[in-house]
Amino acid sequence: MSFSFLEFLKSLVELTTGTYLRQVWGAKPWVDPTLDAIGVILVATFGLLIVLVLIWLERKVIARFQDRIGPNRVGGKYGLLQPVADALKLLTKEIITPSGADKWAYNLAPFLIVITALMMWAVMPFAPGVVGVDLNVGLFYVLAISSVSVVTVLLAGWGSNNKYALLGAFRAVAQMVSYEVPMILSLLIPIILARSMSSVDIVKAQTVPFAIVVPISALIFFISSLAEMGRTPFDLLEAESEIVAGFHIEYSGMKFAMFMLAEYISALFMSGLFTTVFLGGYRFFGLEMIKTASGFALGNLIGLIAFFVKMFVVFVVLVWIRGTLPRFRIDQMMDFNWKFLVPLSLALILVAALVDKALPVGVNDWTRAGVHLVSNVVVGAVTLEILRRNGRKQRTAHEEVRENADIETAAAH
Amino acid sequence: MIPLSWYLLVAAALFSIGLYGVLARRNAVAILMGVELMLNAVNINLVAFWRYGRFPEQPVGLAWAVFVLTVAAAEAAVGLALIISIYRHRDSVVAEEMDTLKN
Amino acid sequence: MIEQIIFIVISLFTLMMGWIVVSNNNLFHAALALMASFLGVAGLYVMLDAGFLAMAQLLVYIGAISILIIFAIMLTRRMMQTEESPFNSQPGLAGITAVSVFAVIAFIFWQMREFWPLGAGEGAMPPADKSIILGSVAKLGEYFVSPDAFVLPFEVASVMLLAALIGSIWVAWPKTEDES
Repeated sequence: MSFSFLEFLKSLVELTTGTYLRQVWGAKPWVDPTLDAIGVILVATFGLLIVLVLIWLERKVIARFQDRIGPNRVGGKYGLLQPVADALKLLTKEIITPSGADKWAYNLAPFLIVITALMMWAVMPFAPGVVGVDLNVGLFYVLAISSVSVVTVLLAGWGSNNKYALLGAFRAVAQMVSYEVPMILSLLIPIILARSMSSVDIVKAQTVPFAIVVPISALIFFISSLAEMGRTPFDLLEAESEIVAGFHIEYSGMKFAMFMLAEYISALFMSGLFTTVFLGGYRFFGLEMIKTASGFALGNLIGLIAFFVKMFVVFVVLVWIRGTLPRFRIDQMMDFNWKFLVPLSLALILVAALVDKALPVGVNDWTRAGVHLVSNVVVGAVTLEILRRNGRKQRTAHEEVRENADIETAAAH
Repeated sequence: MIPLSWYLLVAAALFSIGLYGVLARRNAVAILMGVELMLNAVNINLVAFWRYGRFPEQPVGLAWAVFVLTVAAAEAAVGLALIISIYRHRDSVVAEEMDTLKN
Repeated sequence: MIEQIIFIVISLFTLMMGWIVVSNNNLFHAALALMASFLGVAGLYVMLDAGFLAMAQLLVYIGAISILIIFAIMLTRRMMQTEESPFNSQPGLAGITAVSVFAVIAFIFWQMREFWPLGAGEGAMPPADKSIILGSVAKLGEYFVSPDAFVLPFEVASVMLLAALIGSIWVAWPKTEDES
């Protein structure tokens, strides 16, 4: 098959350029490695460049929440070039290595953290057929890589030879390790529902988005992924007002920028993962499957757009939360995790597994979704009731103490 | 294609390195690290035998590797707890100095 | 051919990092090398088509055990920056033992060379076809809950983990004065 530019453009719109190029080049040994390399470069470049958009978006949205205008000088009325200017500024700054730093750990950490943040994108299904690798252990891969990123934080904190950095790293590790538990547990429920760990299969299984089927586990996943990324209200690991900036306090210039980069890449990744696992990924009312009469798969492009729209909506919700909620205290954060999220997600897994097993084989997707939704809501209601009773008990105890104190003070007078 | 013996040789070498660490290091944490290396070497063997063995359709080797992983996690937790406890009492993590029961 | 080169690179990396683990004076660097070595082993698992185990390796060994070890190193920090030798009084003896263990294993392989040829050429037994092991992860899951296979070890492992969890917390918990 010879190369035709028109066909090439068509395949670009169809998002099947890889298949097309494979047809053109034929079965030669260098074809697959070349295409793989192109894919890796594309995804990595996407990950690095989208950060420019994300920073601009976050600053603009936060500014709106705080009744400001936000960036509005560089690059026209909307400050579109502000992130570029920031990046250039950071590039030209001097890179400092503090004295007494552990050189290996200090210099390795920024690279590793960006690498791990980028590696996670490998299993993200952007559109039908557009996925880096469809691993059969896709979600497990994401969890494994994100647990590696904990190590890089520890490296940075230890390597900097700075008390605040080490404190930040300790906090970060405690937080990330403990919030990994509810995150894994709540991800297990979509895995049970889809009967697969592959991200592509999970998207395909979502005739009804899992956020509707199991809303409470979606919420738990969302909260624990917030903590996993260290975003507000869980930004204790870099609490500016307490430990200055946490584990990356000693980094300057481009190395500091790499931490920022990794943070935004993984924030967007978590939004994308939430979209994929709970919001149906690239699915959009079946529109992602449409083909024109001549066999032109326009649906792929629709799927891509749908995925990006959903992902950015979730990202804006992240920014919204950052603009609204104050920071947790560290003991509150730990209590919230171990005494609330973990037991609740364990109960949810039990219920989901039992309900799924109890349903007859071959039942309609909607019926299944409905039954799961009802069971989820019941678990949620029971939890709320328990919380209310506990709260009431605590309140009464508190009031008794206060009354006694009042009586004592009255007696003293 | 990679012959089975290569995996076995790598595993044997890793096992020996871990053994050397266990036998020669002073620090108890370092000894524990040597043990982890040895467990990893065992795991490589289990998986390699599963992959090259007669019954690749039964993932028994994988299952045992997972059990080894579990045991390694438990062992690391208990071992490090013991080391920290000893460090609190004796202010030392040198294995040779833990000799209260000697004589 | 490419596969063999990748294998050699990964295994040399693993072994080198393993050597750093047992010989480096700085314990923190030793722990980092341990992590790198685990990563290399995960690479070997991937080459053996055991993707699930490779991920479990990352999650458990690098994400949990290594971090635990680094925490222990930091908590016993005063012992870390010593100028003393990292070895105890018997490194020579230990070296002889380790080398002889390796020699024995290598000798066994040499004796077994009919079954497991050392070269990659004629007579070498190829690994099972990929199509056979395709569903091995699903099967592994079934094995863990099937009464015909590993449900008992699986449950025992979970009990053991719980016991280890409680035990290590109890052992490492700082005792107050009146308790001791």
